[in-house]
Amino acid sequence: MNALFFWFFSAGMIVCALAVILNRNAVASALCFTFTIIFMAGLFVMLNAFFLAAVQILVTAGAVMVLFLFIIMLLDVTAMEHVPRQKIWMGCSLVLALAFLVIVAKTLQGTPEGSVTLDSLKTPGSTLTLKPDVTADGQTVPHVLSSTDWDKQDDTHRIGRLLFRTNVKADEPSYVAPFEITSLLILVATIGVIVLCKKDDPTQPRRREVITREAPPVEDPVLKN
Amino acid sequence: MEITLNDYLAVAAVLFVIGLMGVLTRRNLIIIYMSLEMMLQAANLTFVAFSRFNDHLDGQVFVFFVITVAAAEVAVGLALIVALYRLKRTTQVQDLTTLKF
Repeated sequence: MNALFFWFFSAGMIVCALAVILNRNAVASALCFTFTIIFMAGLFVMLNAFFLAAVQILVTAGAVMVLFLFIIMLLDVTAMEHVPRQKIWMGCSLVLALAFLVIVAKTLQGTPEGSVTLDSLKTPGSTLTLKPDVTADGQTVPHVLSSTDWDKQDDTHRIGRLLFRTNVKADEPSYVAPFEITSLLILVATIGVIVLCKKDDPTQPRRREVITREAPPVEDPVLKN
Repeated sequence: MEITLNDYLAVAAVLFVIGLMGVLTRRNLIIIYMSLEMMLQAANLTFVAFSRFNDHLDGQVFVFFVITVAAAEVAVGLALIVALYRLKRTTQVQDLTTLKF
């Protein structure tokens, strides 16, 4: 059943992602991207990341895509790409992409740790262990993970506790400072957007005219009189 | 058939490659930007998959930060596109040749 859902979400996600880059209409692309995000939120739910699935839908599929659509409508980008695509360039990028995929496939084949299934992870309540590893000389070594209580609390609680904990041991990361710095980043982004998008001062010459015009028209006081 | 970690990583890799193809082949700045977002989301999927299979929540905290930064980045990037459109009246990359050597 899980496998069925996984393949449904993955196939939907990849088909929608392909539709994003193959569509010639920008609005249709944005819509397909929204569906990509929603399918990915489904995958997040399958990975027990319920909080992130909700955040993904709210922030990315909601806020970010509304921003994208708003800009598409504002700029009126209904004009299709009018220049024919360069075949050589397309071929080169396709070869590059396939090479990347082959490298990833080889790497995944060469890592036996990657073939862990979710069933081998612990069930709620018991201590979390994976399937025993088999070393080179045939001995089985128990693969013990940290015995945290994965399912005791919901993941929103646990992410919150992890994010805002202050009394950390020396080998544990603390996320309080990055969290505060993120707020600074958002402030900078807000101010930057306002500065970039504000209307030019009408008393000053407009930047576009300064760049495009050869020389300002000279008013001759003699001719005027 | 059971779903393994490799399956999630492979799906994320395919999504990343689709985003890469979009960045390389499309001419519309907004679509290129969407493809960039898609590559970020592919990285997010690997983070969450590793976080689940290794039983560490730190990966999910990372994804939380990535989503935040990506949202801020989208706002700034789209503002840049709007400023560029005011200047050049286009969002096609082949028309933006100011830096061409």
